[in-house]
Amino acid sequence: MVTMTELHKYGTRKFIMPGTAACPGCPLQVGMRQLAMALDGKFVMVIPAGCSSIIPGTAPYTAYTVPVLHVPFASSPAVASGIVRAVRQRGNEGPVVVWAGDGATADIGFATLSGAAYRNEDILYIMADNEAYMNTGIQASGTTPWMAWTTTSPRGKTEDKKDVALIMLMHKVPYVATASIAYPMDFIDKVRRAMQVKGFRFIHLHAPCPPGWKMDDAYTIRAARLAVETGAWILWEYNQGKLTISPPSIPFKDRARRKPLEEYLKIQGRFAHLKPEDIKLMEEKIDRQWDLILKLAEIYK
Amino acid sequence: MTGQISLAKQVKKVLVGDHAVAEAVKLARVNVISAYPITPQTLIVERISEMIERGELKADYIRVESEFAALATVYGAAAGGARAFTATSSHGLFYMYEMLWWAAASRVPLVMAVVTRALGPPWNIHDEHTDLLAIRDSGWIIGMAQNVQEAFDMTLTAFKISEDEKVLLPVAIGLDGFILSHTAEPLDIPSQEDVGSWLPPRNPRIPYTIEPGGEPITMGNLPKNDVYHALLKKYMDESMENAKKVIAEVYDEYGKLTGRNYGPLTECYRCSDAKYIAVSMGAWSGDIMGAIERLRDEGYPVGLLRIRYLRPFPEEDITAWINGAKGVIVFDRDYSAGLGGVLASEISGFIPSNVSFEGVLAGLGGFDVSPDEFRGIIKEFIDKTEREGPIKIRKYWYIPKVEG
Repeated sequence: MVTMTELHKYGTRKFIMPGTAACPGCPLQVGMRQLAMALDGKFVMVIPAGCSSIIPGTAPYTAYTVPVLHVPFASSPAVASGIVRAVRQRGNEGPVVVWAGDGATADIGFATLSGAAYRNEDILYIMADNEAYMNTGIQASGTTPWMAWTTTSPRGKTEDKKDVALIMLMHKVPYVATASIAYPMDFIDKVRRAMQVKGFRFIHLHAPCPPGWKMDDAYTIRAARLAVETGAWILWEYNQGKLTISPPSIPFKDRARRKPLEEYLKIQGRFAHLKPEDIKLMEEKIDRQWDLILKLAEIYK
Repeated sequence: MTGQISLAKQVKKVLVGDHAVAEAVKLARVNVISAYPITPQTLIVERISEMIERGELKADYIRVESEFAALATVYGAAAGGARAFTATSSHGLFYMYEMLWWAAASRVPLVMAVVTRALGPPWNIHDEHTDLLAIRDSGWIIGMAQNVQEAFDMTLTAFKISEDEKVLLPVAIGLDGFILSHTAEPLDIPSQEDVGSWLPPRNPRIPYTIEPGGEPITMGNLPKNDVYHALLKKYMDESMENAKKVIAEVYDEYGKLTGRNYGPLTECYRCSDAKYIAVSMGAWSGDIMGAIERLRDEGYPVGLLRIRYLRPFPEEDITAWINGAKGVIVFDRDYSAGLGGVLASEISGFIPSNVSFEGVLAGLGGFDVSPDEFRGIIKEFIDKTEREGPIKIRKYWYIPKVEG
């Protein structure tokens, strides 16, 4: 387990150099920094088209401090497969990480993701999920939640959020987890546990986006925490046959201990149009998701 | 001399074109292969899989879910320092399209075999060059073989060309679907030892390596100024120009190793005293040579200019070969919709106004054109030019009558 002392040690280390092109309150910088802490800054990143292609700034400079290959939108798991095979042949056992958004993961790059997962490529895949195509200006993606406003779902999205982590679990890969940028110690522990395993590892990282969610720049972490505290985002971990609810989410197994969903929704302009019956339906969906995850935890005991 | 010594070390085999390509991949000691099956490319990757299973080739074969992933994977492998290879055809090549450009502009060495095939609809697995020619603007060096031996030689030399520091561009080698891919021909294969000393393992540091713990290199983020992007294209163009020289050097060395000498960018058959030049690329060049022979017997001063490499575009060769010619007739087994034949279109710009010119579209979708038919088309072109003076026909659709 990562300790606060260790986190403090990383406090002044610049894994991402300052002066990036990220929006104020960007969750991706937070998540990527936590990833870099977990791996002590020693890894390769493959980054498909998305916000993280833009954030490091312009060539010949970059804010990222690890080797990075920027690649076409749908290609990152395949490119990472090639890199990992090449470097392993030369005896380099270091982490090859795909850092991708929800569009690249759940939608356009889903075939390459599925292919790399079923081949059990020795890759750590981080899906940084800000729940829409934010880099192109907030269009609905496969992981945009039901009823959320986006520029392509102006009256609220009609479909449910695609559960990518569970889909990856069914690929029978050794490690799948959900995480949140509001729980760095949980996320860092998960990255480190994932690195103890060889093969395809997938972490679905919840990353609230202030401009995309139409909320105050200061609310990034608050929104991520409320997602967990209201039970809307469940932190769980599947590690080689065993699925467990992660510590930050354990209290919220109990419906009564969850904060009211409105607390999470009301700070986000994208849900401003929701009626009370919509919120009720959303709560039912959350209950069903908890039932499913808890049953899976029973099965993968 | 050297050639003769090396020749003795070669083994004669009878292989179909696809298997000959696989043999070249094995001799090049490729590290990572990734591909997706598509007819008529499949024999290449099946044979490579067998070679790996048998331990003849120590490489990773990555069974991906699409051609897009195949190219993305070998691209990643190349960026990670490996020597990498893929192969495809037709729709598979088009499914790769985005990655083709990304791989080329990333300036990593890669080799791909393209077994040429028509594009649907309708579904048609037979030979046409439109697929290979559709990637001509992407930054790949593009070669097209005439026979199985050349498909082998072109594949093997491609690694040397692609990895040359003055080039660092991916190389696509075309071979005609079925006509070469599935047709057995005898060929000479150099020994692993000879190939190994001529083509050492790839230096993973050239041009750069993306590896954990390595130098924090970033490839592909936004340019600070769009002029920087333009400069990269200009550098690519310079490398294409360099490639002309490198291809010549590589074939020169290869000739010493194997005794087989090539053009290198083009070859002109019976051209020294020719007044008329036919132009073609690929397997049917053999049939056109047959037609040339017969026309020569009939007293027609005609030769065949065969394009071996379409990129870099061999304009110096072309202008030199057609210098003084009375007429040029180009055969295209491809079609650029709304324009005409791709070769004819590219070559027509180099034809002086007083020189007769005809572009012939034939063999599309794979229909056979016999030496006799070529003879007829060329003869008519020459006769007409002699009768009427220079003619200019940019596209002539040669469509044979179909029974039933």
